[in-house]
Amino acid sequence: MGFSMLMPPYVIERNRDRCIDCRVCERQCSMEAHYYEEEEGRVHSREENCINCHRCVAYCPTRALTIKENPLEFRKNANWDANTIRQIQKQAETGGMLLSGMGNPSPLPVYWDNILLNASQVTNPSIDPLREPMEVKTYLGRKPERLEFDKEGNLITEIPPQLELSLPLMIAAMSFGSVSLNTCTSIAMAADEMGICYNTGEGGLHESLYHLGHRTIVQVASGRFGVHQKYLKAGAGIEIKIGQGAKPGIGGHLPGEKVGEEVACTRMIPEGSDALSPAPHHDIYSIEDLRQLIYALKESTQYTRPVSVKIAAVHNAAAIASGMARAGADIITLDGFRGGTGAAPTRTRDNVGIPIEFAVASVDERLKAEGIRNQVSVVASGSIRNSSDIVKAIALGADAVYIGTAALVALGCHLCRKCYTGKCNWGIATQDPWLTKRLNPEIGARRLVNMIRGWKHEIKEMMGGMGINAIESLRGNREMLRGVGLSSRELEVLGIKQAGE
Amino acid sequence: MRRVRERYKEGNVAIPSGCAISGILNRKGKTFSGKEIIQSISLMRERSNGLGGGFAAYGIYPEYKDLFAFHMLYEDESCRIKTEEFLSRNYQIEKAELLPVNKIPSIKEPPIIWRYFLVPRKEVCEELHISLNEFVVRSVMEINAAIDGAFVASSGKNMGAFKGVGYPEDIGEFYRLEEYQGYLWTAHGRFPTNTPGWWGGAHPFTLLDWSVVHNGEISSYGTNARYLEEFGYECALKTDTEAAAYLFDLLIRCHGLPKRVACQVLAAPFWEHIERMPEKEREIARSLRIVYGKALLNGPFSILLGCSEGMIAINDRIKLRPLIAAEKDENLYVSSEESAIIEVCRNPDKIWVPRAGEPVIGILEGVERWASAC
Repeated sequence: MGFSMLMPPYVIERNRDRCIDCRVCERQCSMEAHYYEEEEGRVHSREENCINCHRCVAYCPTRALTIKENPLEFRKNANWDANTIRQIQKQAETGGMLLSGMGNPSPLPVYWDNILLNASQVTNPSIDPLREPMEVKTYLGRKPERLEFDKEGNLITEIPPQLELSLPLMIAAMSFGSVSLNTCTSIAMAADEMGICYNTGEGGLHESLYHLGHRTIVQVASGRFGVHQKYLKAGAGIEIKIGQGAKPGIGGHLPGEKVGEEVACTRMIPEGSDALSPAPHHDIYSIEDLRQLIYALKESTQYTRPVSVKIAAVHNAAAIASGMARAGADIITLDGFRGGTGAAPTRTRDNVGIPIEFAVASVDERLKAEGIRNQVSVVASGSIRNSSDIVKAIALGADAVYIGTAALVALGCHLCRKCYTGKCNWGIATQDPWLTKRLNPEIGARRLVNMIRGWKHEIKEMMGGMGINAIESLRGNREMLRGVGLSSRELEVLGIKQAGE
Repeated sequence: MRRVRERYKEGNVAIPSGCAISGILNRKGKTFSGKEIIQSISLMRERSNGLGGGFAAYGIYPEYKDLFAFHMLYEDESCRIKTEEFLSRNYQIEKAELLPVNKIPSIKEPPIIWRYFLVPRKEVCEELHISLNEFVVRSVMEINAAIDGAFVASSGKNMGAFKGVGYPEDIGEFYRLEEYQGYLWTAHGRFPTNTPGWWGGAHPFTLLDWSVVHNGEISSYGTNARYLEEFGYECALKTDTEAAAYLFDLLIRCHGLPKRVACQVLAAPFWEHIERMPEKEREIARSLRIVYGKALLNGPFSILLGCSEGMIAINDRIKLRPLIAAEKDENLYVSSEESAIIEVCRNPDKIWVPRAGEPVIGILEGVERWASAC
C-alpha cells in the first residue's frame, strides 16, 4: 500500500524488560500487528494493524504488552472530531462505504441507565429468593383471550404452541457464517443446559446441531439461506426476520471468503459465493404478504410451532407491531438501534432506528390499547447488557429478551468491532480454521452458562426486593420503574413516573 | 364536609395500608343485625388507625330487592344536584332519601350521604345495546370520574356499602348498622400510611353487587391494572382493592371461570407444585398460568369478596397476611384474627387456617351457579 494519512488508532507498548521475544503475540495476531525480525531476533509491532482486541495481551506470558489509544491529537475542534476526520480519510483512500462491526457505539442516551427500580419497605415484605420460591419461567407464543371450561370442569380451550423458557432470556440470532460453528455450538449447548432457546440467525442450521432442535428458533430471512422442510421442523419455533436493529431497512452481506464448505452446505449456496440477503423479503411488500408467509410457515409445520416476526425498532414500530399481531405473528421481536451485527454500513448503524426502551414501551401500550397485548408475546432485543436491563425491559412490557453481544462477550469477544474482517482473533466471527479452533465449545458453553446463571440469580434477587415472586407480575409493571434525568415527554412515552413521584 | 384536595385523593396518589378484615355469612340466608360484625371488627382495633373503616351488607333491602341501590357520598349540595340530574336522565328514581346516620363526636366532617333505589331507563339502555349491569357499571364510572365531589359507595341490588373515615366500630355506629338485617356482612378496618381523609377511599370497594375488603399491598398492581385496561376497565382509584374487584369481575362474570378456578388464577400454585399434580389438573393449572399470568395477585394480601350468592376469602400464595376461617352450624366466619371470630362465636364447630392460596368459599344454599352481577 502506498502512503496513508491514517495514523494508527492504537499504540502497542512493549515492555522490553519483560519481553522474552517468544513470538506468542505474533502467532496470536491474525491482523499481523506483531512481527519477528529474524536478524535482530526480536519481536516488533506494526501498530497500524492493531485493532485492540487484547488477544496478544491476554496470551503474553510475561505481561509485557499494553495497548493504548494513540495519544496523537488533531487540532481541537468541537465539530470536526478525530473520528469524523479519520472516516473521511479512510473513504478518500478506498472510495467505499464505511463498514462497522457490532452495535452503535455513539454516546447517545442509554435509557436503561436513566430508569431505576423499586423495592419493598415496611408496607409489604421483600421476598428472599434463597428461602422462598422465586419463579422466572416464561412461555412465549400466542395466548387465547380466555379459557373455557365445560360443565364437568374440563378445559375446552386448546393452548397454541408455546416456547418454554426457564428464564425470560434467549440468545439472539447470529448466523453460522457470520460466526463460527464452534460459536453456534457453544451457544446451542448453553441454551440447552439453561433450558432456554437460541436463534440460528439466517444462515441455516448446521447438521451437527439438529439434535438440539428443541432449543432452537430457526430463522427465515430474506435470503432464505438454508431454509427447507427439515430445517423448519427442526426448531421449537420459527422466526421471520424482517429487519435488524443495527441496520434497519437493509439486507445482509456475507462475503464469499467466509463461505467455506460447511457454510456453503448449510446455506445451500455455492462455496465461495457472496451470500446477499435482499433488503426486503421479495415476497413481502405489504402486511398482507407477511400474513401469507406466516401461514405458509405454520402450514408447513402443521401449526405446531409459534412464529415470531422480528423487526428493527423504527419510528412507527407500534403500528407495525399491531399489524404483525393481526397478521398472525405469535411473538413480536423488536430489535433496538443499538443491536449488534457482524457487519453494517456505519452510517446506517449509527443513524437509523430508535432505542429499544421506547419501542417496547410504545408497542406494549399500543397493543394494550387495542386489547390484544395479552394474546401475543413481545421480545426486546438490541443491547440488553445485564440482568437489570432485563428486569427493566420486562417491567416496561417485554415478555422476554434476546441477548447477542453479551453472549459473545461471555464467549470471549472483546468488542474490538472488526467482525466484518473475518479475522476475529477470539475465534468467534471467523471461518478461518486456524482461528475458529481457539474457541472450545465446551469451555464457551460453560462460560455462557455461568453468565446466564448469574443473571438469573440477580433477576430473582431484584424481583424479591420488589416483593414479586413470579415474573408474570413484573410484566408491564411500570409502577416498579422511575425515571431520573429524563424530560417529561420522555417519561410520558416510556409510561413511567419521575423518581420521587 | 371538608373539601379534599384533588391531588391527595386516591386515584391521584397511591396509599399503602395494612388492615383488619372480617366476614360473617349465614348460608341459609337468614338475616341478622350488624351488631355482630361490628363486635368482631372492633376487637381488632390495633390493626386500624382510625383513618378508614367500612362494611358491606347483603339482604338489607328486601322490599326493593330488584332495584339498584345507590349509596352516594357528596361533598356538597351542588354535586348532589348534578348527580341527581344525571341519575334522573338515566334512571327512574323509585326512592331518594338521606341515609339515616347518628351524629357522633368521633366521626368528623362526614359527607352528605344519600340513598337511591333506581331502575335504568329502558330507552337509554336499549340505545346503547348493553346489558343493565353494564349500564350501571358505566354510570358508576361516569359519576366518579366526571362529577367532582360525588362518589358512588355502592350500586348493587339488595346490598349496600357503609364506609368512611374513622375506626370501623365508630363508622358502624354512625351508619346505625344495628338497625339493618343482612345474611352476609363484611367489614374492614384500615391502617393507611397516610390519608387525605377521603371517604370514597375507604373500603369496601364495590361494583354492582361485588364488594371487596382487602388487607395487603399488591406488588403486581402495575401489571394487573394494565391487564385490566386491556379489557376496558379503568382503574381510577389506583388501589389494590379496586384492581382485585375488577379481576374477580373479569374472571367470574365476563370470562365465566368457575370460582375455584378464578381463585387459582389470583393465587396461582407454584410451578414446582404444578409439576406434581395429576395430569388433568396439571394441564389446567399450566394453561391458567400461561393465559392469566397477568391476573396473578402478587405480594401480601388477604381478600374477602362478597356478593349476593356468598363470599370468597383468599390469601396470597405464600401467606404473607393472616386469614382464619371458622364454621358454626350454617354460619361461616372469616377474619384476620382468630380472636375476632371467637368474640362473636364462642364455640365454633371447626376453626382452621386456610393454606396459602387456598380459597374459603361460602355459598348461599340453593345457589346453583355463581350468577352474581351477570
